Amino acid sequence: MSDTVKVTIDGITVEVAPGTSILNAARQIGGDIVPPAMCYYSKLEGSGGKCRTCIVKVSKGSEKDPRPMPKLVASCRTAVMDGMEVMNITSPEVIEARSGVVEMLLINHPLDCPVCDQAGECDLQNLGYEHGLQKTRYEFERRTFERIDIGDKIQLHMNRCILCYRCVFTADQITNKRVHGILNRGDHSEISTYIQTAVDNDFSGNVIDVCPVGALTDKTFRFKNRVWFTKPIDAHRDCPTCSGKVTLWYKGEDVLRVTARKDIYGEVEEFICNTCRFDKKKTADWVIEHPTHISDTSVISSNHYETLKPLPVIQDNPKLRQANQVELEKTTKF
Amino acid sequence: MARKLLLEHINVPGINTLDVYRQKGGYRAVEKALKTLTPDEVVEEVKKSGLRGRGGAGFPTGMKWSFLAKPEGVARYLVCNADESEPGTFKDRYLMTYIPHALIEGMIVSSFALGANTSYIYVRGEMMPQIRILERAIAEAKNAGFLGKNILGSGYDLELYVQPGGGAYICGEETALLESLEGKRGNPRIKPPFPAIAGLYGCPTVVNNVESIAAVVPIINDGGDEYAKIGIGRSTGTKLISASGNLVRPGVYEIELGLPVEEFIYSDEWCGGIANGKRLKATVAGGSSVPILPANLTLKLANGEPRLMSYESLSEGGFATGSMMGSGGFIAFDEDQCIVRNTWNFSRFYHHESCGQCSPCREGTGWMEKVLHRLEYGHGKMSDIDLLVDVSKKIEGNTICPLGDAAAWPVASAIRHFRDEFEWHVNEPVKSLSTNYGLANYADPIAKAVTIEN
Repeated sequence: MSDTVKVTIDGITVEVAPGTSILNAARQIGGDIVPPAMCYYSKLEGSGGKCRTCIVKVSKGSEKDPRPMPKLVASCRTAVMDGMEVMNITSPEVIEARSGVVEMLLINHPLDCPVCDQAGECDLQNLGYEHGLQKTRYEFERRTFERIDIGDKIQLHMNRCILCYRCVFTADQITNKRVHGILNRGDHSEISTYIQTAVDNDFSGNVIDVCPVGALTDKTFRFKNRVWFTKPIDAHRDCPTCSGKVTLWYKGEDVLRVTARKDIYGEVEEFICNTCRFDKKKTADWVIEHPTHISDTSVISSNHYETLKPLPVIQDNPKLRQANQVELEKTTKF
Repeated sequence: MARKLLLEHINVPGINTLDVYRQKGGYRAVEKALKTLTPDEVVEEVKKSGLRGRGGAGFPTGMKWSFLAKPEGVARYLVCNADESEPGTFKDRYLMTYIPHALIEGMIVSSFALGANTSYIYVRGEMMPQIRILERAIAEAKNAGFLGKNILGSGYDLELYVQPGGGAYICGEETALLESLEGKRGNPRIKPPFPAIAGLYGCPTVVNNVESIAAVVPIINDGGDEYAKIGIGRSTGTKLISASGNLVRPGVYEIELGLPVEEFIYSDEWCGGIANGKRLKATVAGGSSVPILPANLTLKLANGEPRLMSYESLSEGGFATGSMMGSGGFIAFDEDQCIVRNTWNFSRFYHHESCGQCSPCREGTGWMEKVLHRLEYGHGKMSDIDLLVDVSKKIEGNTICPLGDAAAWPVASAIRHFRDEFEWHVNEPVKSLSTNYGLANYADPIAKAVTIEN
């Protein structure tokens, strides 16, 4: 067997290592054909397969067995085969099923984005924007839970939870002793600790970062600001417990929040410890690197100053300078 | 009188004890298999018999056994799925209550065939009496030397354990059962890997239904070829049917596959017709998960031929005009039963039993239940009916395990066949609370498709 296998996703062929999942193969291609993933997290072993938003159609099983797979499959947990052909955004069936999944995810979600700290960096918001309906067809009361404090720094708001299990896997993986899990069953199941103050671990804060929605929020940042008003800056410090590589979220002079660095799929690059996250909120604690790269499509970039200087094309062209007068004045002012 | 293999001696007093069971020819299969056959020969016999899984999916048991991975130095397990919780199915409980040694004998032979030295019977938590009965029977078998070390001097060791479950329907799904057996939360695993490769504790595992395992006993006693002669086509052997609902004589029956449905319902040998002189309105042929059928399609296929009790005939016509054999939970509804209420009831069950792992099933089952509740209690809208069809479509096929499909099929099929009854509930909200729709045209002969020649 050769070292790589060929897989074609939406007509784009890529060679990947055997055993790679369809989702990861798609990520190697990048762009629009990457299926969205709400529960899969590449850094968490065993995650994925649950939310069903990443479902794709396998129109050709492999070179050896060209039969298509009978059902849509979860791309995050299906390994590629040599010669496999996958349809994601080119298959209307997939798009329809995915919008069905998004609808299901939203029927019990409170849709309280205007007061939710996650708004602006929420995977569910993005997904709903892309695939959701304008209006809900659900005409019943949504499930509700009391808010729970997990320790003094993290708050769990189960109403928003989509039960992706990421936080459970995080706790399983980066701590020695998992103290929270899922209680109950079906749509009344909930993430819980039973003993609410029991999450006591140097890395427990990471559950906030892995949460795709606003169910787990940082109590030191709650209601302080909207994320799109803050400016992310990559920074690091010499930390004895973790890598110390973080993103600082500034509002003016103040560091409002510290998170781990996230890649373009919203996954953290390295988990950080609670000291870095909750206690080091002064610029003096950190060595500043550069502004964090934020995708153009994110609302955070609307207020972003990654390109502080006007683009060269504007500076060269007098006509464009004229047209961008106000913007140019702003940059000199700052 | 039809031939009986599993329930032949069910009425013998004391058949639940080892002595009486032995007198009636019990444990012959163990002796035959362990003394005269190799494990592969046992698997071969089961393959020849054409036995299909009795738990619902109908996958050939022999084939399933031959898929079992056999890496060197890794333990293999046989797990018996006795987590029977499907509404309308109660055959396994009956078998375990009255003739526990049949299951234990089957377990010994099957474990021998698969090379498993430790086997488990995972019994649903509510079946506490059956757990005690099985444990007593296992103790008897062990005293008699059929379990433990060096069984009958063949050098084969087997330990058999009974494990009570927590009473969750989802733990009847084989991978959820294995999770539960390992002491974890009973969430179905994502497949692949299938249990035949990595099952219990990561070892190759076969999970079989109680009835499938018990059926191995007559297969070994009489030979696979003999067993394959019973039945029809690819549906070989006998099958336990749990008949319930508005029948004159509900209960567990052992039928030869291929029996006409009409005969099963109306013949005095079997259910004896519909109780209180009423007429049949609908049936659920294989437990709550399979599509519901109106009376006319139950008794006859779409082409007018009689429908038979077999895997193929019950599913003839696909989901448009057919149903499934399922686990053999045969529920009959008479003309006074309300299909909307029944669909809501099933839906309520699936809502309650969904494990909550994957989104479509977790959210969709609850949604369907709420809409059906609204329809049943007279607050429904006409658009609700199409909404239900759409939601069931969004669930079906998009979930980790078959519970999502099982929740979607009864709803989709009820609307497919009984749409006018749902519409009546919307149009007559007050009337529908006190009376019901009645038989309507559900028992009328099926209109034949006429070909027009130009």
